[in-house]
Amino acid sequence: MRASRHAAPASLPIGSDADLAWVRQQVRQAAAELGFGLVQQTKLVTAASELARNTLVHGGGGHVEITPLNTGPSPGLRLAFVDAGPGIRDLDQAMTDGYTSGGGLGLGMSGSKRLVHEFEVDSRPGEGTTVTVTAWATVVPPARPGS
Amino acid sequence: MTGPSGNGPAGFGPPIAGPSGAGPMGGHGFTVPVLRLGDILLVTLQGELHDGMAEQLQQDITERIAHTRVTGVVIDISGVDIVDSFLGRVLAEIAAGAGLLAARTVLAGMRPAVAITLVELGLTLAGLRTALDVERAMEMLTAGEQDGGSP
Ligand SMILES: Nc1ncnc2c1ncn2[C@@H]1O[C@H](COP(=O)(O)OP(=O)(O)OP(=O)(O)O)[C@@H](O)[C@H]1O
Ligand SMILES: [Mg+2]
Repeated sequence: MRASRHAAPASLPIGSDADLAWVRQQVRQAAAELGFGLVQQTKLVTAASELARNTLVHGGGGHVEITPLNTGPSPGLRLAFVDAGPGIRDLDQAMTDGYTSGGGLGLGMSGSKRLVHEFEVDSRPGEGTTVTVTAWATVVPPARPGS
Repeated sequence: MTGPSGNGPAGFGPPIAGPSGAGPMGGHGFTVPVLRLGDILLVTLQGELHDGMAEQLQQDITERIAHTRVTGVVIDISGVDIVDSFLGRVLAEIAAGAGLLAARTVLAGMRPAVAITLVELGLTLAGLRTALDVERAMEMLTAGEQDGGSP
């Protein structure tokens, strides 16, 4: 059971509560196979749960692409949450701790950013939102800017 | 009690995706055992809890407190491998609702990885009493019985 195979990206639908549970399980399994430790797995699965729920609740449903990254010095996992919903008009606001347009706690976006190593939002009003996050199994020192 | 498959880091049940037709407290082979031990309600969460099931549980527990006059609720989350903002909010609301019905809630058995993650997420569940395990949670609730009733 080695994780040395060249795993292809997997795409999972996000359209219901049950899909959220399935996404959590699949992300955990992928992270475990790549050698993520328990705390790292827990952080990534929690971030995935937050972002998948946003895709479902705010984006009206969509899908997640799960891509294992095996080529760098440390294995990683990239997750892209994609929807064709209303988009995010004010990204700074959406990324603020405690901001919610609904009845949430407003921690999903800001909190999941803290739980992963890379976090990127691509959102166009009226067209949809893609949130892409990456976590590495072993923490690589950040590249120096302009090296 | 039907314990679902193991909850260890690599313990995955079979694929159980699909439309949710869960009745109260269960579905997909997932059940939430709720036990009454004297004046205390012991709720054991384990495995995957769908959002709808968590909300159903909240309603169920609150109704049970009102009907059974229990004075304490222990929620055992030692079998839960993640708590996100949704489940965190449901837990906090269960405790708040129990408080209004004169029952105290203790969250027992949080896994260390879950605690680390919650702090980073920014969800510290400040209003919730916690205990390392169910036994200590029960002790907290029964010891508290002596020192004066609730206001
Ligand atoms: N995929 C999305 N499409 C449209 N809007 C989004 C999307 N994701 C997030 N947002 C917007 O960003 C806000 C902040 O999101 P965040 O996840 O931080 O909080 P929340 O979902 O409102 O509450 P919580 O996640 O704490 O329950 C949301 O209220 C929503 O307005
Ligand atoms: Mg959210």
